[in-house]
Amino acid sequence: MLQATGLSCTRGHRCLFAGLDLELAAGQCLHVAGNNGAGKTSLLRILAGLLLPTEGTVRWKGAEIRQAREEFGSDLAFVGHLNGVKDDLTALENLCFAAALRSGDASAAAALAALERVGLADHADVVARHLSQGQKRRVALARLCTTAAAALWILDEPFNALDSSAVATLHGLIEQQLAAGGMVLLTAHQSVQLPGDTRRLELGASAGAGGAAETGDPDAWAAA
Amino acid sequence: MSSALLAVLHRDLLLALRQRGDVLNVLMFFVVVVTMVPLGVGPEINVLRTIGAGVVWVAALLASIVSLPRLFSQDHADGALEQMLLSGQPATIIVIGKVLSHWLVTGAPITLAAIPIAVMFDLRFEPGRTLIAALALGTPALSLIGAVGAALTLGLRGGGVLVTLLVLPLTVPILIFGAGAVDATAGGLSAAPNLLLLAGLSLGSAALAPWAIAAALRISLE
Repeated sequence: MLQATGLSCTRGHRCLFAGLDLELAAGQCLHVAGNNGAGKTSLLRILAGLLLPTEGTVRWKGAEIRQAREEFGSDLAFVGHLNGVKDDLTALENLCFAAALRSGDASAAAALAALERVGLADHADVVARHLSQGQKRRVALARLCTTAAAALWILDEPFNALDSSAVATLHGLIEQQLAAGGMVLLTAHQSVQLPGDTRRLELGASAGAGGAAETGDPDAWAAA
Repeated sequence: MSSALLAVLHRDLLLALRQRGDVLNVLMFFVVVVTMVPLGVGPEINVLRTIGAGVVWVAALLASIVSLPRLFSQDHADGALEQMLLSGQPATIIVIGKVLSHWLVTGAPITLAAIPIAVMFDLRFEPGRTLIAALALGTPALSLIGAVGAALTLGLRGGGVLVTLLVLPLTVPILIFGAGAVDATAGGLSAAPNLLLLAGLSLGSAALAPWAIAAALRISLE
């Protein structure tokens, strides 16, 4: 279970959010929404342990994530703004490395199956430099298939640069993850129809004209 | 844990193979800098013999500084670094893998390239052998200390100059003991104290630097 208490984040001199509490249990999905600059990416990076919150703590299975980086990391699959795909490696090599690093199934067959899932099987041996932006995004998302053990997915704008068939594939992957008792945390600009137990967190909803401080209090929650 | 180390090592060596140009540039830089000196000071054999070891060491320091941006900046820019740090493997293991592969494609070739260069400066067999041994023992420390600087300046504007200012002063002991080893041999003394100190510096930085590099990388990702 992912549990965040009293999170606040200040970037520059601007307070993005303060006193934010959230909880995500098995099989749940949280859709973080908000305008540009509302702090969606900052929130996701805080929850992934890449960014230190100004205040507050993030706990995974009861342990603070900074104290239990290794346990948290092996349960986490993160797809950020950057794809993390090396231009000089082929799609297959990129996936095999990701799996080997996580001491998972680093065989070419497993990686190929993941590429097949995102519709890139015939591009497996193409150097990523020659892939389009959307295809690189698909390679990044194929990592979600190879890291099947990850209980928590944190996806920052995963639908960006994807065509409609890839969007459908990603929906399928998310559905599968939730059905298997996993958790998904994502941001998306598009209105997406997410399956099952999905909640929506609106960041910056209470921002006045000054936009100085926002809260993510429970009133901002709404069922999707 | 060791599988993660091997995975990082394999990936970085594969990338170096695909980006051969970058790797060869560093080696060529080393060779060119060393070759310029005899052209500048003239072909007086005794002068060359005296300054040979110092010149090789200064060039090796500069070449290792030039190669530092390769270490983390690409991984930082394309998001591979955050993926590695979130992989659940100890950050120090990942860092050791990256620094080891960096040494294999910079420090090790420089050590080998110093063999013909020792001949060029007319170093005799004994001083030449000491120079190679000193480079082999000292260049790992250059990679490790340089990696701390590279991690600290990651993503900064003008990081290239800053990393030079940060790292070069820290490598002074390596330069002194490295060149000193060759001087001792040429003077008929034992090079062992200098070589042992170099090995100590490398081992000491191998024990301490990975923690510093991992912490610096986390800060630079914020």
